[in-house]
Amino acid sequence: MSVETTTTGSPSAEIDRPSMEVDIACAGFGPAMGGFLTTLTRAWTENPADPAFESRIAPGMPLQVLCYERADDLAAGVSGVVTRAQAIRSTFPGLEPAEIPMAVDVAEERVFYLLDPLGASRRSALLRFGDRLLRTTGRLAGIKDHAFELPWTPAFLHKHGGLILSIGQFNQWVASQLMATGLVQIWPGTPVAAPLFDEQSSAGKVQGLRLADQGVDKSGAPTEAFLPGMDVRAALTVVGDGPVGAVSQSIDQKIGLPPGHAHREWALGMKFVLSLPEDTALKPGTVWHTFGYPEPEIFGFLYVHPDRLASVGIFVPSWLSDPSRTAYRYLQHYIQHPALWQHLKDGTLRSWGAKSLEESGLHGEPFLTGDGYARIGESSGSTNMLTGSGVDEAWATGTQLGESVIELLRANKPFTQENLAATYETRRRSSWVDKGALEAQHARNGFHGGVVKGMIGMALAGLTGGRLAFHGNIPPAHKQIRSESSRLKIKNGTVLALANGRPLHDALLTACGWPEIPFDGRLLVTQQDALLMGGKVQAMPGFADHVVFRSPSLCIACEEKTCIAMCSGQAITESAEGVPSFEREKCIHCGACLWNCAQSPDGVHSNIDFRAGAGGLHSAEN
Amino acid sequence: MPKTLHIVVCAGIVPDPLQTLEPVTTPAGPGLKNEMVLPAVLDPWAASALYEAAALAAKNPGSKVWLVSLGPKAKLQQVMLTIAQRVPFELVPIDGPIGGFPDAHSTAQVLAETIAALPGLDRFRLLLFGGWESATRGAGVTLQLVGERLGITDQFQGVDQITLRDDGSFEVLERVEGGRHQVSICAGAPAVLGWATGNLAEPRNNPQIGMANMRTIMPALQKARPATLAANSLRYVSASLPKQQRTTRVVKDLSPDEIAAELAAWIGAE
Repeated sequence: MSVETTTTGSPSAEIDRPSMEVDIACAGFGPAMGGFLTTLTRAWTENPADPAFESRIAPGMPLQVLCYERADDLAAGVSGVVTRAQAIRSTFPGLEPAEIPMAVDVAEERVFYLLDPLGASRRSALLRFGDRLLRTTGRLAGIKDHAFELPWTPAFLHKHGGLILSIGQFNQWVASQLMATGLVQIWPGTPVAAPLFDEQSSAGKVQGLRLADQGVDKSGAPTEAFLPGMDVRAALTVVGDGPVGAVSQSIDQKIGLPPGHAHREWALGMKFVLSLPEDTALKPGTVWHTFGYPEPEIFGFLYVHPDRLASVGIFVPSWLSDPSRTAYRYLQHYIQHPALWQHLKDGTLRSWGAKSLEESGLHGEPFLTGDGYARIGESSGSTNMLTGSGVDEAWATGTQLGESVIELLRANKPFTQENLAATYETRRRSSWVDKGALEAQHARNGFHGGVVKGMIGMALAGLTGGRLAFHGNIPPAHKQIRSESSRLKIKNGTVLALANGRPLHDALLTACGWPEIPFDGRLLVTQQDALLMGGKVQAMPGFADHVVFRSPSLCIACEEKTCIAMCSGQAITESAEGVPSFEREKCIHCGACLWNCAQSPDGVHSNIDFRAGAGGLHSAEN
Repeated sequence: MPKTLHIVVCAGIVPDPLQTLEPVTTPAGPGLKNEMVLPAVLDPWAASALYEAAALAAKNPGSKVWLVSLGPKAKLQQVMLTIAQRVPFELVPIDGPIGGFPDAHSTAQVLAETIAALPGLDRFRLLLFGGWESATRGAGVTLQLVGERLGITDQFQGVDQITLRDDGSFEVLERVEGGRHQVSICAGAPAVLGWATGNLAEPRNNPQIGMANMRTIMPALQKARPATLAANSLRYVSASLPKQQRTTRVVKDLSPDEIAAELAAWIGAE
């Protein structure tokens, strides 16, 4: 490592900014980065004398590899998952789930169509007819507790042989092994503000990372405790900062996406981690997939971990076009569905969290490589939306890059776009990740024409390996929010919210006809209580607001205010001025506001600028 | 007092208080459910001591800060990721049991032996820092016991400030009842200072400090000495979390007087 102080370019040209040089700089620590660093360090530890692993910037030392993560702790993950774990098991052939807290082998998978026991959800006439038919046939059709269990699980949904994981615990388990090698440094609580672009390069050559400024006020102005974010210069920058990561967004904005690609499909995954009652009948390894409730567009899940812990949650997609969409209140209605409630009602909330999922798949795949950088994981478009799988794919892309970097190091070749493409992209294109992505490419297009069409399209793609699917033009996320049908509900909800101080998301669903939540202080709690009891949200002072409303006039004119309704932490609230208020201390960094903005200043991007920020969830059980 | 200080900070690790903490009885005695799963943090009182130590060392060139911590090696490693970018120090890890239930005397014995064996430590430059209380279930007396075992008789608790003087003595502000400080003058090292919160803001993450610290931290962790605490006759009859009540209401436009009256009524009811 060499350290110097330099004056750098925009955005803070006048600031004397410290910089240091390393060999490889990494943004974000999740499954993809875990796969990358595990592959790299394993090759290193197997042959420490290999000259390929000698640092180029500090001769005589091993490679200097630094990874910066925004979350306050590497265990502060936000996703409980079921994964086929094909790539993870390939990296850890003898993996025993008991080694990882909250991990267990998948033992049983079931798929349920949930009927609406309350009559409050927005169902089309066709769906209502189908529901009536199911109810009429009753037990003969297998209806029990307002749920219809599919007699078989389509193969593309199978996770047989897979794992149920807490991503927080998995990340911590991987990181502890990486750090124990002494060859990689991973630093949580250190948001990366942007990539360092080579100003001389028109192709967007990346030369490292700029860390976020500290000791600033909410607008980013320095205070007396100002510590400029350091420039970490590196020959290779690995970008794995997730779907709303600042580095990923900056690169996309600088060099654009490949022709025809766009980030247009999203979902918010929100879940509770519960302690199940002592006499629970649910066995560890149980996996339930559900659809149909609380809205037809909302998919749900129940995963049972060891020690009577369960993850239960929903996915609210961008193609749920109603601007009164929300997540927390829907999740509360979801767990009260009779099919679930019978198992959960005597449980206790332990944890809660949410994250955005980039569901564009290949449609949203960015340029995977460039001069000086490579992209892995979810922000590289690796998530397979047909199989509903992202963790294993992300891990696989990380290992592919790891193998490629080792190959280039051994050949002593520079990290140019050409070399990275010839190694990393080639590996990825010939892997099962890309094959799956191709099959899934159009699998969800049908949902833009309604739930029934969407389900048919998904089944077609899944059963034919992607050969049959609906093709269609997917509108930008802000255009997927259709205002016409819901203005009245929004108005009523807003009046209700402003009249008695209720959060907008809560008031909206009441205005839409959903019954009030019978709070019990244990499992059904207000969202504000969930922030503290479940999410354990906090934010260190000294960082700027990371949610910025670009054009105030667009916010003032906006009637939908979906950013408020969909904010997972109630960090965005209404204000008298018309531009929503943002409270960083409540933000869980799910990124939902980014794609739940009904306005766009340029027809492409949202009116919300989601930047690098510190803080967020602290729960380690997510 | 020599201006070159040898500051040893004793700091335990505790579960991140933001986690869900559930008392359970384990074969080894009282504990927390899934304790090894929960992220840990440096005991907040001891963290204040560490930051004060680093500030003092920075003002007195040539000084050195050791951080002596007893806990499971894996948890110590995790905690280092969250503090090692803050201030420079040398970690002295002791691989031991998790939790705050072990007897303070047994813990103090291990800590004192470790400190006494630190290479290069000059007793006449030694300031032994730590938290005056503990956020764990510990009784908050370990630091005093370590000082006694090291034969250090000048001990100060609830410290908020230390000011070095040219003659080698130093002035200490200790918290006393009524929100006031007791001012003491100590002739010089060695001394024990159990810190309250001090006056420093939490330092920012500095990647350069992190890089430098980590070069010694990881080798130290790899060589961490395992410690077995001496058996003692302590027996815990029961353990429970403090009573917690949350009642949330959203009320708008309440006047300050009404809020104050409600708070007073609530305090009176407790």
